[in-house]
Amino acid sequence: MAMHQPQPDLPPPVAERGALKWLRENLFSTWYNSVLTIVVGYWLLSTLIPLIDWAFISAVFSGDGPEACAPGAACWVFVQQRLGFFIYGFYPDELWWRPNLVFALFALAVVPQFLPIAAAIRKWLAIFGLTGLPVAAYFLIAGGHFGLESVDTSRWGGLMLTLILAYVGIIAALPIGTLLALGRRSEMPIIRGICVVFIEFWRAVPLITILFMASVMLPLFLPEGVTFDKLLRALVGITLFQSAYMAEVVRGGLQAIPKGQYEAAEALGLGYWRRMRLIILPQALKIVIPGIANTIISLFKDTTLVLIIGLFDLLGAVKSTLSDPAWDNVMAEGYLFVAFCFWVFCFGMSRYSHRLEKNLDTGHRS
Amino acid sequence: MKKTIMTVGLATAGLVALGGQAQAATLDDVRDAGQLRCGVSTGLPGFSQPDSDGNWTGIDVDTCRAVAAAVLGDAEAVEFVPLTAAERFTALQSGEIDMLSRNTTWTTTRDASLGLNFTGTNYYDGQGFLIDEALGIDSAEQLDGAAVCVQAGTTTELNLADYFRANDMEFEAVVVDSSEASAQAFDNNRCDVLTSDTSQLAALRTQLSDPDGAVILPEVISKEPLGPVVRQGDDEWFNVVKWVLFGQINAEEYGISSANVDEMLESDNPNVARILGTEGNMGEILGLDDDFMVDVLTQIGNYGEMFERNVGPNTPIGLSRGVNELWTEGGILYAPPFR
Repeated sequence: MAMHQPQPDLPPPVAERGALKWLRENLFSTWYNSVLTIVVGYWLLSTLIPLIDWAFISAVFSGDGPEACAPGAACWVFVQQRLGFFIYGFYPDELWWRPNLVFALFALAVVPQFLPIAAAIRKWLAIFGLTGLPVAAYFLIAGGHFGLESVDTSRWGGLMLTLILAYVGIIAALPIGTLLALGRRSEMPIIRGICVVFIEFWRAVPLITILFMASVMLPLFLPEGVTFDKLLRALVGITLFQSAYMAEVVRGGLQAIPKGQYEAAEALGLGYWRRMRLIILPQALKIVIPGIANTIISLFKDTTLVLIIGLFDLLGAVKSTLSDPAWDNVMAEGYLFVAFCFWVFCFGMSRYSHRLEKNLDTGHRS
Repeated sequence: MKKTIMTVGLATAGLVALGGQAQAATLDDVRDAGQLRCGVSTGLPGFSQPDSDGNWTGIDVDTCRAVAAAVLGDAEAVEFVPLTAAERFTALQSGEIDMLSRNTTWTTTRDASLGLNFTGTNYYDGQGFLIDEALGIDSAEQLDGAAVCVQAGTTTELNLADYFRANDMEFEAVVVDSSEASAQAFDNNRCDVLTSDTSQLAALRTQLSDPDGAVILPEVISKEPLGPVVRQGDDEWFNVVKWVLFGQINAEEYGISSANVDEMLESDNPNVARILGTEGNMGEILGLDDDFMVDVLTQIGNYGEMFERNVGPNTPIGLSRGVNELWTEGGILYAPPFR
């Protein structure tokens, strides 16, 4: 008996598979797409190749000073030589271990959030990051207690200062913003009024104005000899400003919760705070994770505005050294370094928020 | 009601008295704190700028350090507070800093209406113009219709308007917020001319992509005496800051420098002896130690050394002494005598 032996399938024609098919379908499907591909491709190649050559291939990465640099190539020596200043500002060299320890604790709290380890551990590390870490960081960086030498805030700077501003802003703005959002939806007219006025006032004023008022006007109203720390004033300004934004983001989430949830919570006989804490806020905050991440990322980038009140955050520290006449034209290197640092942190936050969204997704989408 | 008014009045009086006290004793405050709080710029080559190790350098910085050396005996006992042009006077008025040394021009308005006193001049500057050589212009009087890059909130901006008005010319101001941004704007052809103090133009020129293609025009259109500033109403402190700088200028005049200060202590020249405190009680009447200038000169040096180290011909800025030469050498640097 002759058994029918199926022949093995022939591979699809060359033009219908692999890279070639992809190219045909996506880049050369019509004559005008082909023209566009060629033009854009030429443009990309003609700019990218010199750029990569400038930034990596002929660039000088280490050396002792401006002499090491070559013309027409990136001079990363500038960044390498000043890295300490860009990271710690004027913080005394011999005490760098203190911010380093804080960075290590920060990494301890943050990095496990991206790793596949037990949720309980992650939760406790996150709680430490939000409560213990700021306290420990204050005592370590500012000093003055436990036999640590005190370091005045005017010596703080660089990436360290940027992270401090952003971190304090984030962990203060989130709870304040949540309370403001609840207050704005409250049925008590006085509380609602206060929250509306607060939110509308701070949200309607540019951050630069707030920082300027805090650094230029406020001292004039205080009696002579009474001064608040400049960094503290900036921190309060940033926090108030961002909590107004945060409040509106959270309010968006509160409004998206169906009325039935509120009624069901009431039917269970829960009081206001337990109702909010156990039923409403967990759902509302989950909905607005993208909005919160957005606000936090923009807060992180807004911290660079403190440069106009003479605080040396990462951008300020880099900017102040760009005009050093010992180095020829290192602006591109300096700004690229700043951009890279900001990109790393902002991208990290963005990834974390995506992950959080996925982890908390309970599939209640209707 | 009457009682309330009285209470408020008393409280105000108390606050004023408190304020007055805090204001009147800057010298004691500095001694108590063990360090001098000095306002500087946020980065101006040769005047005040952090170096690669985060140490402040510049002629304004050395002016602060000299005062710290005179008062506390330690030139390192300074806390530098970087300030933008807009906030510098507020910081001084509010007591956030003890002295301001931030390339600040001495003008009538600032001296008379801001509650401040200028203690002297540590650099005589003047405003000039930097242009692209390709424009083929060799005098500022040919600048009619030019777009001019200028830094906001400075006397430079006012002088620019005055100069063009006086010469019956039109200009378009491109206002930027920092000296470094003005160089970038000029480099990107957003303006034809860059105007600033000539000391800054020299430094900014090195930052351009083609420094040789830019020239500084010969005209100097303004007087910009730059110097340290203190709060008004504290004459003791005013005298200290004033005489430290005068001391450095006098020291140069009499040939005392950081290198030879020890030999000079033996000198029998009465002027030298008075400066170094081996004769007379100049330090005591200023509220300092008699040998305060010895500390200043060993740690910072005389005016000439300060100039050479920060902006002189051997630095990247490469300025010549010009009018900042001693009066005996053809300049206008002239300090009252130590007597």
